[in-house]
Amino acid sequence: MFDVRRIREDFPILSRKVHDKPLVYLDNAATTQKPRHVLDTLIDYYSRFNANIHRGVHTLSDEATCAYEAVREMTARFLRASSSRTIVFTRNATEAVNLFAHAWGRVHLVAGDQILLSEMEHHSNLVPWQLLAKATGARLAFLSITDEGRLDLSHLERLLADGTKLVSLTLMSNVLGTINPIRQIAEAAHRHGALILADGAQAVPHLPVDVQQLDCDALVFSAHKMLGPTGVGVLYASEKLLESMEPFLGGGEMISDVQLTSATWNEIPWKFEAGTPNIGGVIGLGAALEYLTRLGMDQVFAHDLELTSYALSRLSEVDGLTLYGSREAGMTRGGVIAFNLDGLHPHDVGTVLDAEGIAIRAGHHCAKPLMRRLGVAATGRVSFYIYNTKEEVDRLMEALQTTKAFFNRQSVRM
Amino acid sequence: MLDQLDELYRDVILDHFRNPTHVGELPVAQVKVEGANPLCGDELTFHLQMQRGRIHQVRFRGKGCAISQAAASMFATQLEGKTIQEAWRIVDTMKALMQGQDPDDSVDLGDLEALAGVRKFPVRVKCAALSWNVVEQGLKNYSSQ
Repeated sequence: MFDVRRIREDFPILSRKVHDKPLVYLDNAATTQKPRHVLDTLIDYYSRFNANIHRGVHTLSDEATCAYEAVREMTARFLRASSSRTIVFTRNATEAVNLFAHAWGRVHLVAGDQILLSEMEHHSNLVPWQLLAKATGARLAFLSITDEGRLDLSHLERLLADGTKLVSLTLMSNVLGTINPIRQIAEAAHRHGALILADGAQAVPHLPVDVQQLDCDALVFSAHKMLGPTGVGVLYASEKLLESMEPFLGGGEMISDVQLTSATWNEIPWKFEAGTPNIGGVIGLGAALEYLTRLGMDQVFAHDLELTSYALSRLSEVDGLTLYGSREAGMTRGGVIAFNLDGLHPHDVGTVLDAEGIAIRAGHHCAKPLMRRLGVAATGRVSFYIYNTKEEVDRLMEALQTTKAFFNRQSVRM
Repeated sequence: MLDQLDELYRDVILDHFRNPTHVGELPVAQVKVEGANPLCGDELTFHLQMQRGRIHQVRFRGKGCAISQAAASMFATQLEGKTIQEAWRIVDTMKALMQGQDPDDSVDLGDLEALAGVRKFPVRVKCAALSWNVVEQGLKNYSSQ
C-alpha cells in the first residue's frame, strides 16, 4: 500500500526545518533524500563487514563480496535484464556514458560515422560524444524538439540512414519531464543497424524500466537520484556488446593476467571495474532497490503523475507563469516541471522560495542547448518523489504568490 | 526570514534591477570585457571609455538575476569619472565588504553599499561579485597593454 505519510516517516531529513519552516524538498531530479533503510544499510556495512572485495580469503571480504555482487543481481532484476553480467558499476550516470563512449566508440567508430542525439539532452549525454567525435572523426546529428517539448521524429529515418551507428537519447528529460518513445526509436535504429543507448538518470528512479521491452542496447542511471548514496552509477549493456568493448580504465580487478608489458582482461562485467569500487555505495544502492521494489515502481510512477497533474493545473492558474513542455502528465510526461515567472530570474525566485523552506532548482539544469531552444537563460524546476504531497504543492503555490508580491512591491525611490 | 530577504533585495537594488542605468555599448571603448557565472548563467559585458587616465564613460549589457544586474548598474554608476587607481579601490572595497569586513569609509560606494545584505546569502555573493570581477579583468588587461 502506498502510504505517503508512512513513507515520510522513513526519511529523517524530512523532519528538519529550513529558515524555521518545515522543509519542502522539490529538487528530486537533482538528487533524492535517503530513507533510514539505506542509511542503516551503510552503517551496517561499515560497522560489521567492511572489507575489500574479490580478493580476500577472510570472512569479512567474503561477506562484502557477496553483498556487493548480490546488488548486481538485484540491479539486473530491477531492470529486467537477462543476466547480472550486463551490469557494470560506475561512479554515476555521467561516468557510465563516458565509459561506453570510450570503450565502445573508440573500437567501433571510424571517421564519418554518425552519432544521433537530441536537443533535449543533459550535458552528460552531449559532451562525451563531442569528445568521441573529436577523437574519431565521427559526426554528431540531432533530433530537434517540437514546441510541445517532444522529440521531432519526422526526420528520424533519414538521419538514421545517414550513417548513424549509435543513437543516444534521454528516456526522460530532466527539464521538460518528457518521456521519450525509446522502444519505437530502438526499433528504427536497429533496422538501420545502429545501436541505442538510453539515458535513464531521470526515468529509472521514477517509472518501471524494462531494458528488454525497451530493446535498448545500453542504459545508464545514478543511484543517488533513486534513494541511494552518491558515488554509484550503473551501465547496463548487453553481454555481446560488453564483450566487444575495450576496457575503460586499467588497474586492479579488471585484469586476468598481467606481464610487465602486457595484460589480459577479466571477464565482463569486471573488465570495466578497475580499482576498488564504491563498495558501501553499491550496497546502499541495493537497499534503495529493495525499498523501491517494496513500494512497486508502478505505484511510484502513479504517485509522481498524480502530483504532477495537480501541480501543472495549479501552476497554470498563476498569472505571469510560463510552463515548459507538455501540460498533460501521463505515460509521455513525468514529474519534472520547468517554469519561469515573468520578469524574474529563477535564482531570485529560488532565493525567496528557500526563505519559505522550499527547495527547488534554478538554473540551466546542465542542458544549455535546450535552454537556447526554449529561448531562456535559465528556468526554475520542481521535481517530485515518493515522499512529496499535494499539501507541499499548495505551499509552493502560496510561496510563488509571496514571491510575486515581494518583487512587485512598490518602490520607495522611484 | 522575509526580513532578511528585504536586506538582500533592498529597494535601491530592485530599482536598479527594474530601471538599470548605463545600459548599452560604447562604439569607442578602450576596455571591452565580458564574463559569466557558468553555474547560474549570469552574463555581463562592460565597455569603458578611458580619457586622460580616467574612466570617462561606462556601459554594460547583461542577463541574469536581480542581484547581478542591479550590481552592474550600481557599479557602472560608481565607476564613471574615477581614475584607475580609484576604481581599484572600489573593487577592493567591494571584495572586502563581501568577505564580511567593514568597508573603508574613505571610499564612496554610493548605491553599492546596499549590496552589504548579500553577505547573509553566501550562495548569492558570486552574483553580486560578477561586476567587479569582470571589470577588474578588463582593467588588468588594459593596464598591461
